[in-house]
Amino acid sequence: MTADTSTATDPAAGRGLRRRLSAFREGYPHFFLLGLLAGVTLLLAVVPYGIIAAPWQDAAGEAPRLVRLFRMDIQTWFTLTVSGMAMGLLIFIMSSGMTLTFGLMNVLNLAHGGFISFGAFCGATVVAALSGWGGSGSLVLTAGLLLLAFVYAMVVTGALGVFFERVVIRPVYGNHLKQILVTIGGSIILVQLIQVIWGSTDIPVSRPELLRGAVIINEGVPLIGGAAIEIYRLMAVVVGLILYGVMQLIINRTKIGVLIRAGVENTEMVEIHGYRIRMLFLAVFVAGSALAGLGGAMWGMYEQIVNAHMGEHLMIMVIVVIILGGLGSVTGCFYGAILVGLINLYVGYLEPRLAGVATVGLMVAVLMWRPQGLIPVLRH
Amino acid sequence: MMDWILSGDYPRSRILTALLVAIFVGLGLGPFLFDGVVAFRTMGMICIFIIVVASYDLMLGYTHVVSFAHLMFFGFGAYGVAIALDTMGSGFTAIFVGLGASLAVSVITALLLGLLSLRVKAIFFALVTLAIAFSFMVLVNQLYHITGGEDGMRVAVPRELGPAFRMEHSGTGFALLNWLWGVVTNPLAVGEVTREALFDVRMNGQLLMYYVSFVLATGLFLFMLRLVNSPFGKVLMAIRENEFRAEALGYRTVFYRTAVVVVASAFATVAGVLFALVTRYITPGVTLDFELAVFVLLMCVIGGMGTLYGAVIGATVFLVAQTYLQDLLGVLSGWIAEVPLMQPAAALFSEERWLLWFGVLFVLSVYFFPAGIVGQLRAWAARRDAGAAGTKEQGGAAEAAGEQS
Amino acid sequence: MADALLELTGLHANIGQYHILHGVDLQVPRGELTVLLGRNGAGKSTTLRTIMGLTQVSRGQVRFNGEDITGEATPRVARRGVAFVPEDMGIFQLLTVRENMELAAASGPMDPARLDWVQQLFPPLKRFWDKPAGNLSGGQKQMLAIARAIIEPRELLLVDEPTKGLAPSIINDLRDAFRELKEREATILLVEQNFNFARALGQSVAVMDDGRIVHTGRMAALAEDEALQQQLLGLSLGAHQ
Repeated sequence: MTADTSTATDPAAGRGLRRRLSAFREGYPHFFLLGLLAGVTLLLAVVPYGIIAAPWQDAAGEAPRLVRLFRMDIQTWFTLTVSGMAMGLLIFIMSSGMTLTFGLMNVLNLAHGGFISFGAFCGATVVAALSGWGGSGSLVLTAGLLLLAFVYAMVVTGALGVFFERVVIRPVYGNHLKQILVTIGGSIILVQLIQVIWGSTDIPVSRPELLRGAVIINEGVPLIGGAAIEIYRLMAVVVGLILYGVMQLIINRTKIGVLIRAGVENTEMVEIHGYRIRMLFLAVFVAGSALAGLGGAMWGMYEQIVNAHMGEHLMIMVIVVIILGGLGSVTGCFYGAILVGLINLYVGYLEPRLAGVATVGLMVAVLMWRPQGLIPVLRH
Repeated sequence: MMDWILSGDYPRSRILTALLVAIFVGLGLGPFLFDGVVAFRTMGMICIFIIVVASYDLMLGYTHVVSFAHLMFFGFGAYGVAIALDTMGSGFTAIFVGLGASLAVSVITALLLGLLSLRVKAIFFALVTLAIAFSFMVLVNQLYHITGGEDGMRVAVPRELGPAFRMEHSGTGFALLNWLWGVVTNPLAVGEVTREALFDVRMNGQLLMYYVSFVLATGLFLFMLRLVNSPFGKVLMAIRENEFRAEALGYRTVFYRTAVVVVASAFATVAGVLFALVTRYITPGVTLDFELAVFVLLMCVIGGMGTLYGAVIGATVFLVAQTYLQDLLGVLSGWIAEVPLMQPAAALFSEERWLLWFGVLFVLSVYFFPAGIVGQLRAWAARRDAGAAGTKEQGGAAEAAGEQS
Repeated sequence: MADALLELTGLHANIGQYHILHGVDLQVPRGELTVLLGRNGAGKSTTLRTIMGLTQVSRGQVRFNGEDITGEATPRVARRGVAFVPEDMGIFQLLTVRENMELAAASGPMDPARLDWVQQLFPPLKRFWDKPAGNLSGGQKQMLAIARAIIEPRELLLVDEPTKGLAPSIINDLRDAFRELKEREATILLVEQNFNFARALGQSVAVMDDGRIVHTGRMAALAEDEALQQQLLGLSLGAHQ
């Protein structure tokens, strides 16, 4: 965040710094982009609006569109950044399964959105059935409710994943065209099944009492004092970070993780060492489906409404995220998701109509820069 | 003569030939054979979607390029002509301006997409097109002062193409299906049944528009048939079979792949223009929705990828099913609800669930009939011919050929 | 031959539409190092891959330890104690050397004593123990590939052209390592094009051509009979000497 602004402020630093910056850009493209995004918007926020707008304002106090970009203040910037992280981490939870499935099994599961919707409906069912727990305001009951809703969503989508991997995907390993066709068919079936089970109407999800409202940062805190952060978003950030940490631990520190990373590189060689790769595939697919379900359940509570087609719409963001991050890379997926979350919130604040387009624009720009995504995975 | 029209690419199956002739005649005389608004609308959609699906097949079936942005080009056409008619007033000049402008936008966008496919792998391409098509839909939804947003916009077609334009005489139609049904159920009163089957056909601008799309669909389809049987089409198939080898033989695969995307997109744009003119009201939901893109994919695969005739069969089967399978399911669920203990299952068969069964059929067909309806019919025909010739080996070879297509 | 650990009879295999193996008959004697020679495209690598279950058998039989393992899935063959070092070595480049080794020890943690021995056999591995294997040189990768194959006791070692593309000094190191392996370990089937390397190590030998075994016998006999060498190995031999 500091590195990219320093070139502008310190022209005397000369070539060495520029070279170091470009090395940083190529070596850590994800930090570079995150820094660029947060830095530019912070710049917009730091400059006092009055100074910029004064020469432009007309009689009604309105300034031209471009100048109005500076209207953001630091508290808003902070709120947007935390909210963007929350959204990004929710998307990360949903996307991580899909990127792992692709990286390890070379399977493109376009029915992933169906799992997200399924999880959302499962979560909504639990929340509706135990509405007393949510309304009680007791910490224990609320935690219990969340745990039950999330676990239920994960168990159901995980079980669905077992069935899906065995019946739908297994016959089409190694054939991308057929995978696309079959998983699209599967996604239609999943969405229809949701409508059979829960009906065709949207279902509202009420957040538990304790997760409603926002925390307001103490006025005494410099710069960001007074900024409001929704409690639910804070929880999403915490859950997302914990999940990311656990996934990193599993992938980097356990034998399963070694097998997964090895499988991403070369599945055949894993089999040659005596491991039944198909079992690993199944396990990863089920874990991915369960994560989609968890993400869906959390997203449903975030939006406070669930809809059978929500997964399909979220798939766009999921796809952008996994392409951004580099298909198959969990780390890339993490940073890609945060980037997408941030750009959605920032652009959504500055020009709401362009939020969706900015997401896709970001993806196209990154692809033009790095066709393999931010953190490409070496493939055999 | 026939050889020239079909570019030497015959249906190669008697059943398929019969089906194609039936569809051609059915659509050609359709307004005079099927009574009712629903039937008329369905036939119009079939004509238009034959263009969409056939052009999609150029990419999917002949080049194995999976794109989810095909409907975006369709949308370019539909919104292009609608906006032109809106701003320039209802007139034929506006139609041609709209067509020209949206074709230009389509070609440029398709070129850019082709360039993008240079940078990324095939599987990325599918995902990237999905995202781009989505962002276009979002844009259309957001720019409501131009496009009407989610509510859509009315297409101010010239009077000559609308229902207000009437000819003095009304034609007479003969409701074929009703008549057949009547003859079967009530064979004694053939005279009365026949008299009842006659109906008035309003000779208005809508009918004219229908025939414009019918003629265009036929013409464009035959042109595409010509295209895939030309040297250009052969190169496309060579790329599909083995891109590396095609490249090694000196074909610039990037050029061919981009060219096919551009051509297919242009056709989709024309279809979009027709769609706007036929339906006279467009919304993002009926032109750009992701579900619609999936439907086009379904039509293409079910009909048979890489055959073009599959587009005709697929579009017809799908659209007829979309319209009439619901009725059938409604009847079925009515029966099931009557059966004790089966009530819970009735939800599976309700009218809205036609897509569930279509999805199941689709997945099964990808596994068991990957060549689609056309491929399967051809394989049967080839097997039968081989059987007639009495040589076992040929049968195997023909079957293998059928499976490959 | 009564005491054949591995026995191939009339083995046919296809890769895609190409018929590669046309009835391979081969016996690998227990406790010996057998060299499989032959020119490029003779089907040596396919033979190894077929034994491992990586290429489908279309006809014929593979017997290991007296049991029929034809068409068995690769992991099961591996669990029977067959290790395979493919021609491209199959190193996991993004994993560290340690992780590569841990993965190879499929039945549990590595035995420290055995690990010591392996590290002694291939000293560079210890030096780069926690470095990504992708950073190793070609020769070091080959050492790692073989080390992975022997980190647990195996009954049969299938090694596909370990000397390919390596510098002569490294080939000498490898030869010494194989000598020690031969003393200590069980049975090895080595595919080679480098006749000197093969002659120095091999006890029995088989020569393949065009998807068939055209000669089997003792290495010592072949090493002495230059006319036979000329006939079986032709010019390819001259190129290596």
